Formats: sequence, structure tokens, C-alpha cells
Amino acid sequence: MRYDSVIIGGGLSGLVCGLRLAKAGKRCVIISAGQSALHFSSGSFDLLGALPSGESVGSPAERVAQLIEQEPSHPYAKIGAEAFVETAEAAKQTLVDAGVRVSGDAAQNHYRLTPMGTLKATWLTLDGYVRSATEEGLEWKNVVVMNAEGFLDFYTQFIVDELRKKGTTCRVCSFSLAALDAIRNNPTEMRSANIARIFDGEECIAQLSEIISREAGDSDAVLLPAFLGINRYDVLDELKRRTGRECAVIATLPPSVPGIRTQIALRRAFERAGGVYMLGDTVAGYDEKDGRIERVYTVNHGDIGFSADEFVLATGSFFSRGLEATREAVIEPLFGVDVEQAASRGEWFERDLFAKQPFESFGVATDGEFRALRGGKPLQNLYVCGAGLSGYNPLTEGCGAGVSMLSAVRVSDNILKR
Amino acid sequence: MKMNTIKETSQNNFEQCIKCTVCTVYCPVAAVNPLYPGPKQSGPDGERLRLKRPEFYDEALKYCLNCKRCEVACPSNVRIGDIIQLARLKHSKKSPGLREFTLANTDLVGSVATLAAPIVNATVALKPMKAIMDAVVKIDHRRTFPKYSQGTFEGWMRKQREAQAAFERQVAFFHGCYVNYNNPPLGKAFVKVMNALGYGVQLLDKEKCCGVALISNGFVKQARRQAKVNLGSIRTAVIERKLPVLATSSTCTFTLRDEYPHLLGLDNADVRDSVELAVRFIYRLLSSGEVQLRFRKDAPKLRVAYHTACHMEKLGWSCYSKELLAMIPSVEMVPLDSQCCGIAGTYGFKKENYATSQAIGEPLFRKIEESGCDVVSTDCETCKWQIEMSTSKRVLHPLEILADALE
Repeated sequence: MRYDSVIIGGGLSGLVCGLRLAKAGKRCVIISAGQSALHFSSGSFDLLGALPSGESVGSPAERVAQLIEQEPSHPYAKIGAEAFVETAEAAKQTLVDAGVRVSGDAAQNHYRLTPMGTLKATWLTLDGYVRSATEEGLEWKNVVVMNAEGFLDFYTQFIVDELRKKGTTCRVCSFSLAALDAIRNNPTEMRSANIARIFDGEECIAQLSEIISREAGDSDAVLLPAFLGINRYDVLDELKRRTGRECAVIATLPPSVPGIRTQIALRRAFERAGGVYMLGDTVAGYDEKDGRIERVYTVNHGDIGFSADEFVLATGSFFSRGLEATREAVIEPLFGVDVEQAASRGEWFERDLFAKQPFESFGVATDGEFRALRGGKPLQNLYVCGAGLSGYNPLTEGCGAGVSMLSAVRVSDNILKR
Repeated sequence: MKMNTIKETSQNNFEQCIKCTVCTVYCPVAAVNPLYPGPKQSGPDGERLRLKRPEFYDEALKYCLNCKRCEVACPSNVRIGDIIQLARLKHSKKSPGLREFTLANTDLVGSVATLAAPIVNATVALKPMKAIMDAVVKIDHRRTFPKYSQGTFEGWMRKQREAQAAFERQVAFFHGCYVNYNNPPLGKAFVKVMNALGYGVQLLDKEKCCGVALISNGFVKQARRQAKVNLGSIRTAVIERKLPVLATSSTCTFTLRDEYPHLLGLDNADVRDSVELAVRFIYRLLSSGEVQLRFRKDAPKLRVAYHTACHMEKLGWSCYSKELLAMIPSVEMVPLDSQCCGIAGTYGFKKENYATSQAIGEPLFRKIEESGCDVVSTDCETCKWQIEMSTSKRVLHPLEILADALE
């Protein structure tokens, strides 16, 4: 099979890269070994929450130069402080054009409400999620946190405790619906995605609206778990319209319903732009000549390879097996390209689980154009974007989604420039 | 070529599950039937318990369609569907009855039915007969059985032997029960396309039903017996005669290649890669540039919506069918998301599964009606029955459309 670009990995980064290439007229295929980490999305996309020094960041746009100074091997250093805002804007626009409704600005972080009830700096948040302009607390002074009886992937008490500390009066309301009884009998399937399917139905939206109207009292807003709207986008809007109340959602434990919606929207947009998305297949081999990848082979397609001018490695980090830890070393299992890592296993991690973990910043070594290095030399047409990159710590710096999306934008630009 | 092998810590790789819950999102059954515990609980989670004590086996695993969409979605390469099917075969206490026997023995029933096709077709279509089947054997009365043909495909092929042998290049054809007993025209369309490409078609020495319905209805010993016959014939074709073995049914192909080793424990590694869908073989041939197909100029315009059957999704091969269809000048492709139609072979024919089956398929039926297509195309015969029973559209195999467009 002959393509212009083959993208290996169908998560956030691979999709953003593929979408931009397909829209520019490239014939693209995305090969994805199973569904992506978007299924665990918090509902927000972080750009930069803190510097490596630990100092928190209010404006990623203003502080990125300092980040690059402190951590010259950071993927943002390859994008450059000058192009940073423009690249972030292009990434955001890619989501918006695909129908993913997000808002936020690289000039100023806002704060998302975590399932633990804390507020965390972030860049873009999907419409409908609870968010705040400041770290001090919510704009609402009196809220009701609602949950469906038997839904165990959402801990109201954590949220209530934290919100009270921040000066918001908070009440818990647990509700039941006849339509939920059937899945409640089967506790293993009482999950966000299955509940969302029920709330996609008009009748259940009407019933939930009645419950909200009855229970909301004098509260400023009603907060619900993010288990609304898997095949439609307007469930929350409907609830607001019918009740005349402010309603917003908070992330649940996986699977993430808004994350699934995002994955579906991006994939559809990619396919609409002419891209081919192959799910459930694993790249297992390749042909290489003179430092160029010529073709890759997959488990499903066997002898029928995928040839292309450029290849993009967007296979992610440890979770998605883009990186693998063996006894001796951390490796990139597909092409065996260089992985930046600590010299010995003893230095991979800190004993304190919550400390800054060195293994988090391990990843594929790349040149200034995000081309993978092997033996220190770049492969001519193998680009890397996403979580598999080295030189950053997504947890302590709050920059995981930003690195995935901005590196994808830059890689697509580099490919289009060739 | 540099190839890596996929690492699996054990054959039954339930321990690779990291409990991420992605499979539960894509299970078509769990979405509509609360009695089914879902792929994670039925598969890797339940397996851990069953290994400890077989009494933990839950008969609700019978609701699994074996569509393998959980495996396609799994980011950790866990063979969830296989784990569930193996557990059913190993632990289920429910012995299959008359209904299961009738539905699963496509070979036996087919060879009897084709002898008296008009009578059988008319009888099973009668309302009183449907009522009896519904009440006595629990086959849902809203189902329509595929019609049996007068005379089998094998019978027709025997008359073609000389003509087919005249071609220098040859392929063997695993026709499957559906082509043989119900739809010989599909087999003839395949032969027409292969001949146009310069290939003659031969039958295998001895072909039995691939066994997919036997496996899903619990007749594992019979399935293994038939699989051994098929593997013997396939080996003769592949190893002695150096012929590729092609099929038109995605489910037969998937069963021969993957269910034999995974569910029946039969090693087919020596011939697996030589068994493939005709669409894949034809795609490879056409992209090599060695041969070309000539299309007729007067073919009527046709808007085609391609439906990806579940086992086609698992094989990952829908691209070949779509590429071949898109190559036909008179065809315009209409996009359709890959989703389960709900029939899953014999599953949807059973009275207790009817509601689940239709609820699973409903979004697909709606999309098909809205698509504005003239026909639906799919590589799976049971999807064809389901879509024809549940929408206003006719369903054709990609090769039927291709054969019809040839000069």
C-alpha cells in the first residue's frame, strides 16, 4: 500500500499530525494498536503548569522562554519560544475545526476541577467542564454535587471537602432513575460510558432535568459526573435549557466520556479529510535503506507493506508500549532508535512515589526537526511526536497534552516543508 | 525486512490486562444488554477467578457475540474475545439442543435443503411454520432464513473443471456453506473475476463447514473434526500444489486462520498465511501492475456503502474491499462507520437474543437508510441477511459488484 505519510499511533498526537497532513492534501494512514489514552482524558489539555524548578506558571506564553533556559532538551525548546504561541494556536484550531469544543488561551492558564476536588492549571478545557479563572476557588458560592446511585467511579466527598475549604457551600445529592436500574444490577458495567448511553435518550434527559429542578434549591450551579453525552454533544445544554440552571461536569474515573467523544470527533475529521485509520493493528517490521525507512509491515497486513515518503512515530510512552522497560534499559521497540535515559537502572526512579520521577522524562532522542536519532544520527524520514519524546516531565510540569499536540503540529509542518 | 515478534507472556494472555476499561466502551452487547457482564469482567477479570475455581464461570458469557471488537480496541493486546470463548467451551454446563444442532450444522442442513430447495424455502417462510419454530425450537419468528439454492456451487464447479484447468495460473477456493447452498452466484462472480485476472479456480479436495457456528453453539469436538479435514485439504493445496487458498467470506477466513489455533488448539502456522480473502489477493495482484481489469462503459452508476463486518474489522482488511470497490468507475463510495450489525451468525436467530441483536444494529440501520446509498456491500453473509432483514437496502458482496462491472 502506498501513502505519502504513515503515522504509527492513533492517539491525540498522531491524530493532530494526521489531520493537518490530510488537510494539506497528503494521503495518510494512521495505524493504531488499540484505542488511545484519550479514553482517560481529564477533559482538559495542559500546556505548561509549572517550570522544572517547581515554580507555578500563570502564563505559558510568557514563561516558556524560562522553561527552555532551565531545560534545554525540552521538546518546547525545539519549537522555540518565538513560535510557541502560534504553534499552540494552530494545535487548538485543529481541535476546534474537528468539532471538538474547547476554550482556553496560551497567554493565561485557567484552572480545572480535578476529581479530587483540587484546582489545577490548564490550557484548554472541553466545554461543559467546571473551570475557574483563579486557583483560589470557584466563582460559584453554593453548589450541589450530584451523582447517580451505584456509580462508583466518582467520589463526591473528596470534591465536597475541597470545595468547602475554598469557600463554596456544597451539598451532595444522590439520585436514581428507573432506566439506570438495569445496569445497576451489573456493577462491573455501571460505568460512565454505559450511563452516558442511557442519558443520550430524550426521556432520560427529561427525567434528569426534573430531578435537577427539584434538588437544586438555591444553589448557583449543579455539578455532575462527566457521564453525559457519548453519541451527542448537547445533553448538558439540554439540561441547562430545561432547568434554567448552571450545570457543569467533573471528570470521572476512566473511561472518560468526553475523551471518547474527542477521539471519535478527531478520527471522523481525519477520515473526512481522506485519511485511512486502521485500528487494532501493530507495526511489526520495516524496510530501511540508506538511513531512510522505506516501508513498514504490520501484524494484520503481513507481506503487504505500507510504503511512504515520511513516517511518524506517535506510539506514546510506557502505557501504550511506545517505550518498553527491559531489565537492562528502556528501549523503543519498533525501530530501535535512541532513548534518552539514566545510565543505570538504579537511577530510573525515586523511592518517594510522589517525587519527580526520572523515568517520566525518558523518551526517544530527536534532532531539532523531531527526527529520530539512531546511534546519534537522524533517520532521514522518521519523525517523532507525542508522549514518546524525551526531555520533559508531563506530571510535574503539566505539559503532557501540549507536548503531544505542539510536537504534532511541528512535525506536520516539517513534513509539509520538505 | 526486519520483523519483531509480538511478545506474549502466556498463551492465554489475561495477565497483560491493565484494567483500563477501554474494551467495555466498545462492546456492542454490554451497551444494550445489562445481563451481559461485559468483556473485561467476562474475559481477563473472570479468567483470574476461573483459574482458581471453575465454579466462578458465569453462564451469562453466552451473551458474548464473539465479534472481537474488544480485542480491536484493547491497547494491551489482550485476546479478550478468545478468553471468553475458551471459557465457554471449557466450562459451560448447558448442553446444546435441537435448535443449536440445526443452526450449527450448516453443512448437513444445507445438503438436505438444496435437494428440495423450493419446498424448504416456501415452508420455512410460512407464518405457521415460523410460529412453530418460534414456540418449539425458540428461533425468533421475525427472522427470515436465507433461501436455499437449487443445486450447489460445488455441483456447478464440477462442470467447469476443464475450462478452469485451461488457465496457466491457479487458485484454490474455500467457498463456505453460504456460497455452496444459498448463494452460488457469489461463487460464480468470484470465478468470473479470477478468470478475468488470468487465474483458474479449483475446489479443495474436501471441504467441510469452517465450523464457526459449531464453535459458537458448543459443538467443539465436531468443529475440531471438521477443522482437521479442512486443514488437510488446505495443506494439500498449499504445500503439494503450491496454490493459494482464497475465500469470499470474512468469517470463514478468520475462523480458518485464527480461531483454529486460538480456540480449537490446531496449529496452522505452516499454511495460515496462504489462506486469505479473495479481495486481498486481488488487491495485491492489481497493485503489482502485472494485470489489469477492464470495466464496461455502460455500467449503471451505483452508490455503495461498505459495511465492515466484525471479523473483517478484526482481520483489518476492509481497506482491500473498499479499494477494489473504489476502483470501479461506475461506483461512488458512501462512508459508513465500522459497527456491529447485531446478527453474529446464529446468535440473532435465537429468540432470546432477538431484542439485543436489533438494538445493537439499530444505529447502523439508521446510518444506512440515511446514507442515500443504492446498495450496501459487505464481506460477511450473515451481516447481509441482517441488513436485508432490517433495512430497505439490498446487500452485495464486493466481488459481485466487481464482477458485474467487468467487460
